[in-house]
Amino acid sequence: MSSQDTLLEVKNLHTGFNIDGRVHHAVKDVSFSVKPKEVVCIVGESGCGKSVMSLSVMNLLPKHNGKIDKGEILFEGRDLAPLSEKEMNAIRGKDISMIFQEPMTALNPVLTIGYQLDEVLINHTTISKEEIRRKSVSLLKQVGISRADQIVNEYPHQLSGGMRQRVMIAIAIACQPKLLIADEPTTALDVTVQAQILELIGKIQEEVGMAVLLITHDLGVVAEMADRVVVMYAGQVVEETDVDRLFYEPKHPYTKALLESIPKMDEKRDVLNTIEGIVPSLKNMPEKGCRFVDRCPAAMDVCREMDPILGETDKGHAVRCFLYEESFPQSSDKRAEVQ
Amino acid sequence: MTKETVQSEHLLQVQELKKYYPVRGGFFRRKVGDVKAVDNISLELKRGETFGLVGESGCGKSTAGRTIMRLFKPTGGKILFEGQDITELRGSGLRDLRRDIQMVFQDPYASLNPKMMVGSIVSEPMINYGMGSESKLKDEVMELLKRVGLPEDAYYKYPHEFSGGQRQRIGIARALALKPKLIIADEPVSALDVSVQSQVLNLLKELQEEFQLTLLFIAHDLSVVKHMSDRIGVMYLGNLVEVADGEDLYKDPKHPYTQALISAIPQPDPRNKSERVILSGDVPSPQNPPTGCPFHPRCPKVMPHCSEVKPQLKEVNRDHRAACLLYE
Ligand SMILES: Nc1ncnc2c1ncn2[C@@H]1O[C@H](COP(=O)(O)OP(=O)(O)OP(=O)(O)O)[C@@H](O)[C@H]1O
Ligand SMILES: Nc1ncnc2c1ncn2[C@@H]1O[C@H](COP(=O)(O)OP(=O)(O)OP(=O)(O)O)[C@@H](O)[C@H]1O
Ligand code: SF4
Ligand code: SF4
Ligand SMILES: [Mg+2]
Ligand SMILES: [Mg+2]
Repeated sequence: MSSQDTLLEVKNLHTGFNIDGRVHHAVKDVSFSVKPKEVVCIVGESGCGKSVMSLSVMNLLPKHNGKIDKGEILFEGRDLAPLSEKEMNAIRGKDISMIFQEPMTALNPVLTIGYQLDEVLINHTTISKEEIRRKSVSLLKQVGISRADQIVNEYPHQLSGGMRQRVMIAIAIACQPKLLIADEPTTALDVTVQAQILELIGKIQEEVGMAVLLITHDLGVVAEMADRVVVMYAGQVVEETDVDRLFYEPKHPYTKALLESIPKMDEKRDVLNTIEGIVPSLKNMPEKGCRFVDRCPAAMDVCREMDPILGETDKGHAVRCFLYEESFPQSSDKRAEVQ
Repeated sequence: MTKETVQSEHLLQVQELKKYYPVRGGFFRRKVGDVKAVDNISLELKRGETFGLVGESGCGKSTAGRTIMRLFKPTGGKILFEGQDITELRGSGLRDLRRDIQMVFQDPYASLNPKMMVGSIVSEPMINYGMGSESKLKDEVMELLKRVGLPEDAYYKYPHEFSGGQRQRIGIARALALKPKLIIADEPVSALDVSVQSQVLNLLKELQEEFQLTLLFIAHDLSVVKHMSDRIGVMYLGNLVEVADGEDLYKDPKHPYTQALISAIPQPDPRNKSERVILSGDVPSPQNPPTGCPFHPRCPKVMPHCSEVKPQLKEVNRDHRAACLLYE
């Protein structure tokens, strides 16, 4: 793939945490890519490594115990993993921006909204001093904040949750980034406000022409927003494909079970499908074999012995599961690579 | 409470319930206003049914649930349980009531005493009501733990040794211990992952049939509420704005807020991206609720008199009530 078709390419990413003197991988062998202007959703249950993956891309891992052990994070062909703090600062907020679940933690409570917006513009653009405030106000208007000229002088705690998330989006898009990483941006919001914010992200994505990496645990949000979907389970990518095939031709036993375990508005069922058990914690990850094996209805002996690899069954549809490995065209080479 | 059993069809009747919280301010902490957390709720629960109460954060769902089980004294209105007026109940009458109405909470961790063994947590209410000593109750509690799907040795473990879903099972076992007639489940699965959420929802449904429970199921997720409930009440800013059979409510919502709420829920189907009704603005504060219809500042169908007249819950179709001036 040339760097023209891919904006971000994460290759074999391994991110570990040092817990009681041992390294545990919260992200183990994650690969996926994002094309320019594409919306890619990362979906998975709590603790599966979605946030650690996005913090790895942004180089924002907690310094005292978190570290990228292996793999590459290619942004427009350049590996971000080894970059210094200074080099990353030039990229963060300019080429890649990020918004979080709880905007309050990302906004500075003692600075006005306007100050915080101005700061991003001062750091990353050459807009003249006189112009900056005007640009800040217009950004707030762009994200649908009505009293923008007053809001610039207010503090984060004076705003509602939905308004704060709008402000975060304004800050994130201030420099027209090529990639926006949004980590559960609507999870803390009410559904009617979530609908507003998702619509806003969709609208801005088109206006700015940026790609969005949207992290969520909500399959409804995925269906609504995604072009392509990456399903994570216990620190690994288990399936990756376009949104239509994910919902209509899911392959991995985890994806299938997940889709069947959510109650749907338009149908009446007495019993929901369930996935027995829970996601293993970092410390209790199986040493080898498929990480889903204890909960998988299709588990076979081989699943405990060897690690399944992520491979394409059809063009643009990748799965990590022994049920499909024979159909990987490159299966034997890939296996050889791993072993 | 006198123990003549009035076998009315309704286990619970709530009439024009109000619960205000005082707002205090100034140097003398004088009362300066009210948070009208529950402003007007009327509903009935038939024996054995699940009634779902749905609405967005802060609309008063928890306050309603807690007032109904008389953890709070209502500011106004009436609550009838098995035909008996429990609005003013105190002392031993209230103690008897607590046995019949139990609650399951959202955050199973916060609601379980971390220093107590699971066995003691579940037997505690039984001991409190003089049903026997912990050792005598042990078999029964073991049986209950097994019934909610916990492993054998759970009895001797502490809450922190369990996952979120398992803790919720502990909370459910404790609520069942006294064989209550009504269970109020306040967001029992909101803190759980989808795969675990479905386990707990299935369990609640099974138990309800088995123990013939009446369930007031409170949640903000309409898909979950619809899956669980026979009938659904939609709340907005302290008011019940629509009540209907679950299927009716979904297929033919009458209140503009319910319509917006349904259309705002992202559906897990990429081939079905329906047109959305996007509401503007946020929910107003219950301390200063709008005049007239509480939804009028955000209502896409607002009419001039909506800011003046407060609509009452009225039958629009058979067994389908809505509080909206469009139907008056
Ligand atoms: N700073 C840290 N130190 C040690 N372990 C961590 C740290 N941050 C995350 N983890 C662990 O890494 C795993 C992945 O966590 P992560 O936050 O990425 O999950 P997530 O998919 O974002 O979950 P959620 O949906 O709850 O946000 C978890 O087991 C978590 O406990
Ligand atoms: N003890 C209290 N004192 C004062 N105000 C309160 C108190 N408890 C709740 N409130 C307020 O009453 C309103 C209703 O709160 P309640 O907790 O009943 O809503 P809810 O629908 O359960 O919301 P959520 O979905 O967030 O749980 C809110 O505005 C809340 O801030
Ligand atoms: S590799 Fe085996 S255990 Fe893992 S998902 Fe596939 S069939 Fe199930
Ligand atoms: S009464 Fe008026 S404002 Fe209220 S919901 Fe009906 S149409 Fe909308
Ligand atoms: Mg996360
Ligand atoms: Mg609540």
